[in-house]
Amino acid sequence: MTITLDNLQALLPLLITAATTVFVMLAIAIRRNHWWNATVTVVGLNIALIATVYVLFASHLFPDAVSKSLLLQTVTPLFVVDGFSLFFTALILISALGTTTLTNAYVESFKRNREEIYLLITIATAGGIVLTMAHHMASLFIGLEMMSVALYGMVAYTYDRARSLEATIKYMVLSATASAVMLFGMALIYAQFGTMAFSEIGQKMGAEPSLLVIVGGMMLIIGLFFKLSIAPFHLWTPDVYEGASAPVGAFLATAAKVSVFAVLVRFIVVEANGVLISEPFRLTLIVLACLSMLVGNILALLQDNIKRMLGYSSIAHFGYLLALVLLGGKEFGLEGFATYMAIYVVTAITAFGVVTLMSTAGADRDADRLQDFHGLFWHRPILASIFTLALFSLAGIPLTAGFIAKIYVVMAGISSGIVGWIALIFVVLGSSISIYFYLRTIISMFRTNKNLVPFDAKMDWGQRTGGIVVSITAILILVIGIVPNPLMYIAQLTKLVWAPV
Amino acid sequence: MLTWLILIPFIGGFFSWLAELVGSKSPRWISLISMFVLFGLTLKLWLEHNYSLSNLGADGTSVWVEEIKVDWIPRFGISFHLALDGLSILMLLLTSFLGVLAVVCSWSEVKKKIGFFHLNLLWIIGAVVGVFLALDMFLFFFFWEMMLIPMYFLIALWGHNSPTGMGRVGAATKFFIYTQSSGLLLLLAIIALVFVHASQTGVITFDYQALRNTTMDPKLEFILMLGFFIAFAVKFPIVPFHSWLPDAHSQAPTAGSVDLAGILLKTAAYGMLRFAIPFFPNASEVIAPVAMWLGVVGVIYGAFLAYGQDDIKRLIAYTSISHMGFVLIGIYSFNPIALQGAIIQMMAHGISAAGLFILCGQLYERLKTRDLKQMGGLSSRMPGLPPIAMFFAAASLGLPGLGNFVGEILILVGTFKVNEYVALVATTGLVLSAVYSLILIQRSLHGPAQSDAPIPGLNLRELLMMFSLMIILVWLGLYPQPVLDTSAAVVSGIDQLINSTPPAPAAQ
Repeated sequence: MTITLDNLQALLPLLITAATTVFVMLAIAIRRNHWWNATVTVVGLNIALIATVYVLFASHLFPDAVSKSLLLQTVTPLFVVDGFSLFFTALILISALGTTTLTNAYVESFKRNREEIYLLITIATAGGIVLTMAHHMASLFIGLEMMSVALYGMVAYTYDRARSLEATIKYMVLSATASAVMLFGMALIYAQFGTMAFSEIGQKMGAEPSLLVIVGGMMLIIGLFFKLSIAPFHLWTPDVYEGASAPVGAFLATAAKVSVFAVLVRFIVVEANGVLISEPFRLTLIVLACLSMLVGNILALLQDNIKRMLGYSSIAHFGYLLALVLLGGKEFGLEGFATYMAIYVVTAITAFGVVTLMSTAGADRDADRLQDFHGLFWHRPILASIFTLALFSLAGIPLTAGFIAKIYVVMAGISSGIVGWIALIFVVLGSSISIYFYLRTIISMFRTNKNLVPFDAKMDWGQRTGGIVVSITAILILVIGIVPNPLMYIAQLTKLVWAPV
Repeated sequence: MLTWLILIPFIGGFFSWLAELVGSKSPRWISLISMFVLFGLTLKLWLEHNYSLSNLGADGTSVWVEEIKVDWIPRFGISFHLALDGLSILMLLLTSFLGVLAVVCSWSEVKKKIGFFHLNLLWIIGAVVGVFLALDMFLFFFFWEMMLIPMYFLIALWGHNSPTGMGRVGAATKFFIYTQSSGLLLLLAIIALVFVHASQTGVITFDYQALRNTTMDPKLEFILMLGFFIAFAVKFPIVPFHSWLPDAHSQAPTAGSVDLAGILLKTAAYGMLRFAIPFFPNASEVIAPVAMWLGVVGVIYGAFLAYGQDDIKRLIAYTSISHMGFVLIGIYSFNPIALQGAIIQMMAHGISAAGLFILCGQLYERLKTRDLKQMGGLSSRMPGLPPIAMFFAAASLGLPGLGNFVGEILILVGTFKVNEYVALVATTGLVLSAVYSLILIQRSLHGPAQSDAPIPGLNLRELLMMFSLMIILVWLGLYPQPVLDTSAAVVSGIDQLINSTPPAPAAQ
């Protein structure tokens, strides 16, 4: 197979991210300087982001110079470049950039080697991009493992803390089990169809799939659900979120989830034209989505640890998302999925960002307990307002981006008949429960604290890079909440999907 | 112009937050000035437009005297659509007037975090103004939910931790969860309505006028109507959904109670008149008897529970439930007289409840207790306040010559023509209201005094507040015609809508 220039251009985001990994490695080898290594990472990821935007819009902007076929093409049987993959690539790169910048200030006080975390972030990012472009079992597995293995390292990075180490072991063992289950599932599907390309599987599926395929498909989905922490495969989530340092938590909640969800949606909805979600299968998945909403929100109720709370809240949010995708169908579902995902990424980065700004890697734990935030509003009003905004957005209150996301879920539910209505009952129930713990966290920032404050953001947090990231995402939450049109427009690009002829 | 009505409180609130850096006085003055500007603007809007019956549209509905429509989220047919008619302007007058009072009555009560307090106070007003003006369902919901957040902070941060209640944070959370989950139901119903409309016309739109013309099958109409009805019922509050109200009131600061009783409860009644009934006229007729009986239950239940309270603010909270029960009866009788009465009752109750809550606040500032058991004999200990308290208690029991009387009598007269039994049973509410109002006066002002130490009387600021409220109540009681004229067109629109559709039960 020959690779054309167009192919290479389309693959630029992935290539640049991979190159960044190499450059960061070399940069560390040349000189171990924190600022310099971080800068190399940020510059590399930014170029990758620009390349993503270029590939997405090039054929619109320069119709003469660029061949039309840049978008919507497959590059080798493994990768596909279309509006869908590029949108989520951009989202992953943005998450990675946010994580990198947050990490920068966070690891400043770390006593051991500070630089390798950037290497891990870029490797995981490259893995994530592979996932968004995957339309073949092989690339799915490569991307997933590339990301997961780097993630183990990231979670364990602050291994002086017993919690981190515990979280890593837990995550690694469970993750490996899930991968094994998934591999088995792939093997079963391959045994039946003799192919591993998503589109061909979809074509060969037919109306009445055999038992082998059903079991295989289920195992594959279980593996992916594990990574997405959809109930009942969520048990690792709170522990890992708690054990991982706050910026790594931001990466876990955003990039790691975006990429896996993207490939899941491509597998079951996009390329197979929805054949993979036969009615009983779809109902099962919707039940799991509803279960996630309930489990996530109920278990979050009494958490005193903010990272755990965010972990449970992410379980609930992925429940909403899964319901949105399954109920919305290929047209509306994709747009809603992209919008929701973008909003969730922005919100999660903000929430974890505030926790990061409050903590440093040098301390023996993060500022993640509820009482660490007591009285924050009265001595850091802007930071507390930002956190409040993020939590309101997670709760889906109007004026914040989360509300727009919720509107999509409700619309998808209402337009799809009785199943949708039943799912919406769970959405209402879940959201009502969730208000309690979001409010609990918010109000704790307004309580006056007479004790000494063990954790506090630095005086000049607003001028530091991490502070700027959090401020920008907070402004984005507001802007998307009030003027969602641009995001909706961009999200529509995800409907540009490559389809087998 | 309409946009400014919404923007003024928001901007004013923001600046009074910033002004805290300058000094503790400036936030108060900034918010007072912005409230006065708002009140002035609404007054001007009221005087310069004609809201009367002569100003009816071709289809018998009231016309908008002022309207703004700008595209907002075209993807879903959502626009920034504000419009003003007789009902809105009355509610706005009430809102902006109580807004001024809320700022004034917290002048000496709130001492900590003054800037942020006024930010919340003004943002509530801004969001409520938005609710009363919005004609796009999405925009309406936007404001509907937005007013809860500052209210939550108001109760949770500046509330009292009264020993009898569940604590201010608990009360605030309860309030928020009740209203938020009912809000979600409303959202579901709104979006379902939009989709029903879209399935008929192919156009997704949240616009009020367009959605009004949706025809649906009776079963679906009933379900959607229930979504609206329950959402408004929680805020109203109608009896099975009321339990957040006494808690919220008893923990809220005075200004919070004034806003809650005076304005927030009215948004629910407004929502029924503006949205629930015009969208679902047939289903509303089906549920009307149930709604009226629920109103009766509210009237009597609220009155009984009010009688048993020791906490003076809880007592007034339960009287609110009782008074709002009358409003509910008035609305769902679909009789023009009763509807007029309901609107007058909304205004009069807003004013009289605000007066009582402000009095409670003043008593609390002086006595540091709201427990009726620790009061008694106050009339011999302090000048000024007791006669004023007597006045508002009289207003609350529906003394002729004051606003509440006009409202209640119109509601009962109108309802009697539609459903005699409801009217008969509801009339007992008048007797019960006399009982609880008098017991309130008896237990607080008369009887043996706890001590002989004199208590300082009302100062000029407090007297001015009370006098302005009293003048309005007397005016509503003696000459309600301007208000009736203003609401006439809207009422006749609802009357037309219900009573000219084929199964017309009302004897008109």
